[in-house]
Amino acid sequence: MTHVLDPGTLAAGTRPGPGPGTAFDDVTRSDAALRAFLHGLPGVDQVGAEQRAATLGTRSIKTTAKAWAIDTAISMVDLTTLEGADTPGRVRSLAAKARRPDPTDPTAPSVAAVCVYGDLAGVAKEALADTGIHVAAVATAFPSGRASREVKLADVRDAVANGADEIDMVIDRGAFLAGRYLEVFEEVVAVKEACTRPDGTGSAHLKVILETGELVTYDNARRASWLAMLAGADFIKTSTGKVSPAATLPVCLVMLEAVRDFRAATGTQVGVKPAGGIRTTKDAVKHLVLVNETVGADWLSPDWFRLGASSLLNDLLLQRQKLRTGHYSGPDHVSVD
Amino acid sequence: MTTSPLFEYAPAPESRSIVDVRPSYGLFVDGEFVDGSGETMKTVNPATEEVLSEVAVGTEADVDRAVRAARRAFTRVWGPMRPADRGKYLFRIARILQERAREFAVLESLDNGKPIRESRDVDVPLAAAHFFSHAGWADKLAHAGLGPDPRPHGVAGQVIPWNFPLLMLAWKVAPALATGNTVVLKPAETTPLTALLFAEVCRQADLPPGVVNVVTGAGDTGRAVVEHADVDKVAFTGSTEVGRSIARAVAGTRKVLTLELGGKAANIVFDDAPIDQAVEGIVRGIFFNQGHVCCAGSRLLVQESVHDEVIASLQRRIGTLRVGDPLDKNTDVGAINSAEQLARIRELSEIGEAEGAHRWQPACDLPDRGFWFPPTVFTDVSPAHRIARDEVFGPVLSVLTFRTPDEAVAKANNTTYGLSAGIWTEKGSRILAIADRLRAGVVWANTFNQFDPTSPFGGYKQSGYGREGGRQGLAAYLRGAS
Amino acid sequence: MSDRLAVRKTFKLYLGGAFPRSESGRTYAVTDARGVFLANAAWASRKDARDAVVAARGAFGTWSGATAYNRGQVLYRVAEVMEGRHAQFCEEVAAGEGLSAGRARAVVDAAVDRWVWYAGWTDKLASVLGSANPVAGPFFGFSTPEPTGVVAVLAPQRSSLLGLVSVLAPVLACGNTAVVVTSRDRPLPAVTLGEVLATSDVPGGVVNLLTGDAGEIGPWLAEHDDVDAIDLTGAPPAQAMELERLAAGSIKRVLRPPAEEPDWSADPGLSRMTPFLETKTVWHPKGV
Repeated sequence: MTHVLDPGTLAAGTRPGPGPGTAFDDVTRSDAALRAFLHGLPGVDQVGAEQRAATLGTRSIKTTAKAWAIDTAISMVDLTTLEGADTPGRVRSLAAKARRPDPTDPTAPSVAAVCVYGDLAGVAKEALADTGIHVAAVATAFPSGRASREVKLADVRDAVANGADEIDMVIDRGAFLAGRYLEVFEEVVAVKEACTRPDGTGSAHLKVILETGELVTYDNARRASWLAMLAGADFIKTSTGKVSPAATLPVCLVMLEAVRDFRAATGTQVGVKPAGGIRTTKDAVKHLVLVNETVGADWLSPDWFRLGASSLLNDLLLQRQKLRTGHYSGPDHVSVD
Repeated sequence: MTTSPLFEYAPAPESRSIVDVRPSYGLFVDGEFVDGSGETMKTVNPATEEVLSEVAVGTEADVDRAVRAARRAFTRVWGPMRPADRGKYLFRIARILQERAREFAVLESLDNGKPIRESRDVDVPLAAAHFFSHAGWADKLAHAGLGPDPRPHGVAGQVIPWNFPLLMLAWKVAPALATGNTVVLKPAETTPLTALLFAEVCRQADLPPGVVNVVTGAGDTGRAVVEHADVDKVAFTGSTEVGRSIARAVAGTRKVLTLELGGKAANIVFDDAPIDQAVEGIVRGIFFNQGHVCCAGSRLLVQESVHDEVIASLQRRIGTLRVGDPLDKNTDVGAINSAEQLARIRELSEIGEAEGAHRWQPACDLPDRGFWFPPTVFTDVSPAHRIARDEVFGPVLSVLTFRTPDEAVAKANNTTYGLSAGIWTEKGSRILAIADRLRAGVVWANTFNQFDPTSPFGGYKQSGYGREGGRQGLAAYLRGAS
Repeated sequence: MSDRLAVRKTFKLYLGGAFPRSESGRTYAVTDARGVFLANAAWASRKDARDAVVAARGAFGTWSGATAYNRGQVLYRVAEVMEGRHAQFCEEVAAGEGLSAGRARAVVDAAVDRWVWYAGWTDKLASVLGSANPVAGPFFGFSTPEPTGVVAVLAPQRSSLLGLVSVLAPVLACGNTAVVVTSRDRPLPAVTLGEVLATSDVPGGVVNLLTGDAGEIGPWLAEHDDVDAIDLTGAPPAQAMELERLAAGSIKRVLRPPAEEPDWSADPGLSRMTPFLETKTVWHPKGV
């Protein structure tokens, strides 16, 4: 079961809807107003949210549905390497894998993006030229976000200049937890501006990492989601992958509810990217089920849903081989990263 | 919202090969499967109308045989047995239920029509938990706060409904046995099969003959159990109407009675509720088990200021419910248990429409055969409408509104029932204040339809009397217990 | 003895906090144990019973909503005020039940002490009968005993004061309100008890005392849809089964009559409270 993927649509910079500016101008006018708005969002009952996510986790996805889900998941992967030891060589090898994940099977789709540190964005861009695969770079003093704003913005500009067409920024969790919401908001707005390419060819897409593992509560995850969307995020992303817990089903559920409600309120659709901790096909399929039953078909494409992962891809490929051949495979039948 | 047309879940049917449904069943009396002395009845799969088996209709003579067996077992074996050993038998039963969980789940879904996801994740595990929990009570009754030496009544006659066939069996049989009573159980007419499989479990556990007897049949069989002169204790779960006739039947006798009857629970959603979880709770409240739940949250009381938002959210969510084959692991809403129940649901829904309420149902394809009714929401319901007062016992939600907490409480309590209620609000003190004022035996705050063997369950008002579960539930099966 | 002509008391009903005559205008002659005329008592009708249920229902919210400490103090106050009328009760009990002065005194003492005993129960019931439920999930669950509602009490026919207090006080201690049909032949202590209740901070309507015939009024109460429970202790034995049948219509909680009137001086334990208590279980998720 094949499906149409057109990662180019994202690069075209279309953002459906009028943008959040009009409806919610008032709430970002002052710290007090923003705080009142965010605290006025409906609460999230932890037990209820977890129960719902767990129930969806029991969906049984078989045969054709599974084949579709695996290919869709592969196409949604932001293939990631974020190690201190990263080298141009490693990035090139990852790019090759992104382009053709399963060398033995050309029908396997390519992934959505390769995600690297900003200094290696240029290497990735070169390696992925003409593939339609995006280059995502983490920025803003990733993963902690502990640097002055100028450094963060410089970090973003540098990554964009190096060729990143997607920027994965981190919010200032310290400021958020201290209740300085407007400061966090303004920083996202500033980063969004910094995503603009100097050559006038548009803007890199902005993914805002909430680092929900540090925000701890689902109430915070919902508020941070809204804050990021109000500030112009194109995607909201759960985690850096450097903090545990990273992506969990319930936190993804809460964020999906937020993008759903945000679109209903503003007409603007925002994407969601769970990242970190999604290692198996089963995990990925559970996330797709969550998308399917929470926000529906509109989000079931790499334009609107990504999976930030590294080892996940190999498991998806192994499962894909199993479906195709009817027997189980092993790690030597997929490439090491 | 509609789910993706791209992401259609392929059928994921649970295999039914694990169950071995025999073409016919007799009664389980005195540790043996025996032929009934009367007619037989067919039990069908409500999802397909396929006949599953023929089951004996217990006669008065059959019931008498069963009661005699139970009396003998009580006097000679179960009564005198060391309490710790009684407990061990219950532990054994709990373990066998766990070991054979899948078999029970499939059989329950076949006979009842409920989704396998629920029979697998709710009914069967809870039934096992009920036996496990009560097993521990058997040798600790002196510590139950019911006096230093509480005594069993003797023979308990138990009549259970079709909505949770195995779970209701567990709610009845586990406390009865733990307290030293013996049992004559009459399962529901349309769902006898898991009780008969449970009889097999009793044999596997080497439970002494006569301690548990299962007499299948319909209303007349149940009446024979209730009215048998040598039954000491009657426990019934079912409709308020039958409950009344049972209360009349035991009037003036020495039999003690507990009743768990109908309900028309209010599920109250305040404007500060965690809306997404409230919507889940509303769905769980009314569509769990096709709404065949005495404590179903069948009246949604929503604060006017969030009415539109909640209803829109609810409808979107209901649009994702998967109605169909109960054995498909992805099914959320299964089949209506019987043609008779389907007719009642249809009738009340038509009355609801005729009275001026607005009916909403999601687009959903229902199978051609079998008994089906789509998830249904009535808005613009007035407290005077029959769908706001009568128990529908189906997937039909009536939505009413309120403006203030006082009005919410007044409307919630404006019913002859009093089994359960729900409260959704983020404000803790409001939860406690409202819970205090609701005349209902179980109040779920920011959750709904949760059950546990340690948690007493039962009604106020015409929802019945007596509790099942917890320390309080033991009182129903002990004499001299206060 | 002075030659002053005594002012006799009119024995009326106690209903909704007031002392009306029967709406029917009926009275009946009450005699002492030897048949000597004592007084004319109001002979309550079914309509008086109906009014009493309305009064009891109206008072239920206040009484059940009062704190247990408050209810305990009110019941203790009943004992205090009763003690002040000790002599009058002795006289009425001695006359009505044909007891010696000493026996009558013992009965009145026991009746006063019974109020004290139940006054002390109000704030113990929840901890003795309630529970925190260790459910297998992320929920806090607790169960508490709550009053059933409006309880109809057919008071004992023989023990006109101790028996009456023994069946009424537990109903009140639980937080219920009561409609009581007193001993038919020995109603006078009940009327005096009504006067005690009226001056003991018991809110009007919490207790309603109907003098008259349980055989006549009982069926109306047993069948009344707004009565939640019925205590058949003083029902005519031949009628008890029929009353229980009638009570089934609205799923009333029924406390069956004992085979014969018990020794009221015995320790009642919880046996007269649990029949008029419901268990309410509340669940709430535990999350951050």
